[in-house]
Amino acid sequence: MKSLLLGAAAAAAFASPAAAQTVAITNAKLVIGDGAGPVDGGTVVIRDGKVVAAGAGVAVPAGVRVVDAGGRWVSPGIFAGFTRMGIVEVDAVEGTNDTAASGSPFNAALDVAPAVNPKSSPIAINRVEGVTRAVVAPDNSRGSIFAGQGAVIDLGADMDAVSRPRAFQFMEYGEAGARAAGGSRPAAYAMLRNALLLVRDYVRSPAAFESNSKDAMLTRADAVALVPVVQGKMPLLVHVERASDILVVLQLKKDVPSLHLVLVGATEGWTVAREIAAAGVAVIASPVADLPESFEALAATQSNIGRMKAAGVLVGMGTINQDEARQARWEKQYAGNLVAIASVPGASGLSWGEAFATISSRPAEALGMGDAFGSLRPGRHGDVVVWDGDPLEIGSTAQAVYIDGVEQPLVSRQTRLRDRYWEPKEGALPKAYQR
Amino acid sequence: MLAACATNGGGARSAGAGTPAASTGAGPGKGKGYSHDPYPSTYRVYPGAPTLVTNVTVLDGEGGRIDGGSVLFREGKIVAVGQGLTADAGTTVIDGRGKYVTPGVIDIHSHLGDYPSPGVEALSDGNEATSPATPEVWAEHSVWPQDPGFARALTNGGVTTLQILPGSANLFGGRSVVLKNVYARTVQGMKFPGAPYGLKMACGENPKRVYGGKGRAPATRMGNVAYDRQTWARAAEYKRRWDKYEEKGGEPPARDIAMDTLRGVLDGEILVQNHCYRADEMAIVMDMAKEFGYKVTAFHHAVEAYKIADLLKANSTCAAVWADWYGFKMEAYDAVNENLAILEKEGACGLIHSDDANGIQRLNQEVAKARASGIKSGFDISEATAWKWLAINPAKALGIADRTGSLKPGKMADVVLWNGNPFSVYTRPQMVWVDGALLYDAANPKLRPVSDFELGQPGEGDVK
Repeated sequence: MKSLLLGAAAAAAFASPAAAQTVAITNAKLVIGDGAGPVDGGTVVIRDGKVVAAGAGVAVPAGVRVVDAGGRWVSPGIFAGFTRMGIVEVDAVEGTNDTAASGSPFNAALDVAPAVNPKSSPIAINRVEGVTRAVVAPDNSRGSIFAGQGAVIDLGADMDAVSRPRAFQFMEYGEAGARAAGGSRPAAYAMLRNALLLVRDYVRSPAAFESNSKDAMLTRADAVALVPVVQGKMPLLVHVERASDILVVLQLKKDVPSLHLVLVGATEGWTVAREIAAAGVAVIASPVADLPESFEALAATQSNIGRMKAAGVLVGMGTINQDEARQARWEKQYAGNLVAIASVPGASGLSWGEAFATISSRPAEALGMGDAFGSLRPGRHGDVVVWDGDPLEIGSTAQAVYIDGVEQPLVSRQTRLRDRYWEPKEGALPKAYQR
Repeated sequence: MLAACATNGGGARSAGAGTPAASTGAGPGKGKGYSHDPYPSTYRVYPGAPTLVTNVTVLDGEGGRIDGGSVLFREGKIVAVGQGLTADAGTTVIDGRGKYVTPGVIDIHSHLGDYPSPGVEALSDGNEATSPATPEVWAEHSVWPQDPGFARALTNGGVTTLQILPGSANLFGGRSVVLKNVYARTVQGMKFPGAPYGLKMACGENPKRVYGGKGRAPATRMGNVAYDRQTWARAAEYKRRWDKYEEKGGEPPARDIAMDTLRGVLDGEILVQNHCYRADEMAIVMDMAKEFGYKVTAFHHAVEAYKIADLLKANSTCAAVWADWYGFKMEAYDAVNENLAILEKEGACGLIHSDDANGIQRLNQEVAKARASGIKSGFDISEATAWKWLAINPAKALGIADRTGSLKPGKMADVVLWNGNPFSVYTRPQMVWVDGALLYDAANPKLRPVSDFELGQPGEGDVK
């Protein structure tokens, strides 16, 4: 069984261009990704890159390729809720780092989609570990709370990575927002209110919009980018940590009801969880932030996600301040930790199914994309992983990864280096000849 | 180029000139020219009940495993480990059926206290980034004993011993300090009694970036090595003068606090803990150590250690590594998840480390990842063997393996009871003892430390 799966993966590495297959994976310990636990004897059918059916009683259509999972775990691929994958290769090498642009006059208008490099090494390294989609956010620059428009990407081994360009606008509030806006939270709030007013002016009369002066408070391009945000057509992701700041941001939704607001970070979210739930605002949170790393995160605890979930908040996981550029693969381990703390008296964890949902369907739902990504419910993109064990357990590895129904190669720079140096000593020729 | 060291040493010179051996009062005489322990440990062992933990899987930290085993400790020390142990009346007996007992986790690379939470500038005391060589600074003089991170490392990570290092901005970053993970009002109250000092050195990108960015040496890797060698040459001369004085008496040489540290290294009394990522650079540093007659005890962040496992083994130098950090800078570009496994396979000394206030809370999971990667690649590593990476191997690299780092009779009773298999993501520390004192019990909210900083703040005393 193993050889069949791995053999198929190796073949896919050289298939170009890869085509979406119709495939049925049967005999699976199947995880739908919707919050429920795994079911035995499950089948998932993918056709034309989309999930057709998944469950315990699903029939295999005639004539399709059948992969027998042999009772192993099969789940949706990991949907990484907040990353900077694909827009930075090495943080400390400026030419490879497209996360922020401190010298640019544009902010909200910046669009990460054209910068995404499907060949950047973090994409293959995370793909090998079962991450199939990622939310990619820009970082903000000095001078604006608005960072620009982020994307949802797939991690497939092809040049077509961007699934949803301009999927959301990303904004900093709290300490980072204050710093960017000139030095205080009132300055950040004033910048936000001012932008919303100017966008309203722009919508009323585009021709009259004054943006050519070097003193303009919002460039025309930035105003254009914020129109769908104000109209509620584009989610606004706001990074905010402190409880009082969260309440300020929630108030914004009362003032502008059309806003599709999503909180990012929300380390102190558990202390105002009822208010977040009442506002109907979703959260993409860090799972393991438990240190008072700043004065806006004094109440940090790993119980944050569990407590917000218990209060009725829709919570997905992101790796905020956790090496967003390349360690989305840690989300599996972190989700396992959320299950683990359920056994600690006084802590609030998650059930296994809910923990898995925080790294699959929940972040997609937070962005309003739950109908497209993050689960094996019919109609979703065919992102499926066959694992050799419980995907949240350390040591489980992906044995087959499908993205949009296409089986993916499970090779990266790291696996190549490992193979070259498994025997460290040089042999008859230098290592440079060993491939 | 060496002016900074000489200048910094000058202040101490005037203080010590009249009474060169003031703190020992006994020079001349070998090792008596000046005090080598002027800020001595005041750590005290807290009271503990005689305790027998039974029905557990024991990983002894040296590669041994006992199924259905027991661990007995009393008066701060391990008394016995084995099957079928019984206890006297008055011994606390804990039935650990289905659970594991291991020695306390040791992190050889931490900046807790020097870069504490909250991470604000006012508390940022980890890099004396004002000169490429600052062996005169001692990390213990920066440690804030109220860092909330110590509690998280204890309760979530089972960490009982940790080394606090100065940062890596400098080629010679200063002295490290080894701490017991027990809160105290003063850093002296946390110091591991009798642990040797370490000298933090750094090669590679950090020193050349920090100083090259200021338009001064070193700005290149060759500049790094040149500066190192100049400094070692000076240290050798300092050592020669002091050795002569301590042997024959006469006029005491001028004290130089920076050179005291380097002399300690050349005498083998201070261990070199060298931040170094790349295989080729580690090889150069090991040659440099031979040139000046010292030894690198451990490379830290040794991302490319796997490429030179044979060289490390030949030099008896350990490599402290992460399980899977990679790519954040060029010298971290060639990481593989099998780094520790390859070191183990080749018979070199490997160990895990965190360098991170979050990562220190999950070193058991990091070891589990490293082990799993090795097994998947075809090298079988037992749980007992892998536990050496966070027990006896770091203890050896800290020079304290005779006192902690494994569950052997007579050693400090630094013990963790895990509520399941600690190689599973679903397992947490249930109880942690340091020197036989129960300092964490998941079931007892009163046995959960709250640092001064957290008192009266949002989230005080919460499970973290």
